[in-house]
Amino acid sequence: MGALITSTAQVEGPAPEAVIARDIIKRAAYVTPAFLLVAGLIWGMNGAFSAAYGLTIVVCNFALAAALLTWSANISAGLMMGAALFGYLIRLALIFTAIWLVRDAAWVVMLPLGLTIIIAHLGLLFWEMKFISASLAFPALKPSAVSKESSAQ
Amino acid sequence: MSILAQATEVAVDKATAQAIAGATNAGMAYGLAAIGPGIGIGYLVGQSVQAMARQPEAAGMVRTTMFLGIAFTEALALIGFVVFILLKFV
Repeated sequence: MGALITSTAQVEGPAPEAVIARDIIKRAAYVTPAFLLVAGLIWGMNGAFSAAYGLTIVVCNFALAAALLTWSANISAGLMMGAALFGYLIRLALIFTAIWLVRDAAWVVMLPLGLTIIIAHLGLLFWEMKFISASLAFPALKPSAVSKESSAQ
Repeated sequence: MSILAQATEVAVDKATAQAIAGATNAGMAYGLAAIGPGIGIGYLVGQSVQAMARQPEAAGMVRTTMFLGIAFTEALALIGFVVFILLKFV
């Protein structure tokens, strides 16, 4: 039987968030050319720049969420709860700030930027679901995906 | 002269009022769109911590499900946010 987890005890075991976030970022790199191409064809160069910015926001959002959860789980389960909730607010605020800062920039087209954020976020998540194992032996990715990732490193 | 000035003033006021109403509505939409996912993430994480406390050996599995659950729930807030930026800036 494993150790008892209380709200002040750290969550032991592997950190699957980091593995999943890395895999999502890798897949984001695969689809980036497609997003840039589609946005570029419809909205021109500014659309492509906006799509790239949107993809960057999505990838940073995943990475920050994983980093916050991994860091807080190493300290305590209670802090992980706090980090998940306040992390959500902080990340929304950061996304808002990231868009607010460039709202008047000449290269920003809001429609491709917004569409990229939604489509990339949901698309990458649904795609990642194919490779998630979530079993006791492999808590994060399926063995084939894990071996591919370790052989790539 | 005074009638023209009054008409211009009314037009400016109308435009300002419309801008204020638009900004308020967009802000309300964003705020309301963030409430649901906030409740969802709170519930999700609470249940996940409970599951980890009950079965510590399954913590890795639960954390995977929790991370993906948070990301899916957050997508709702992101949709609300994108609607907000489209209403506000386009």
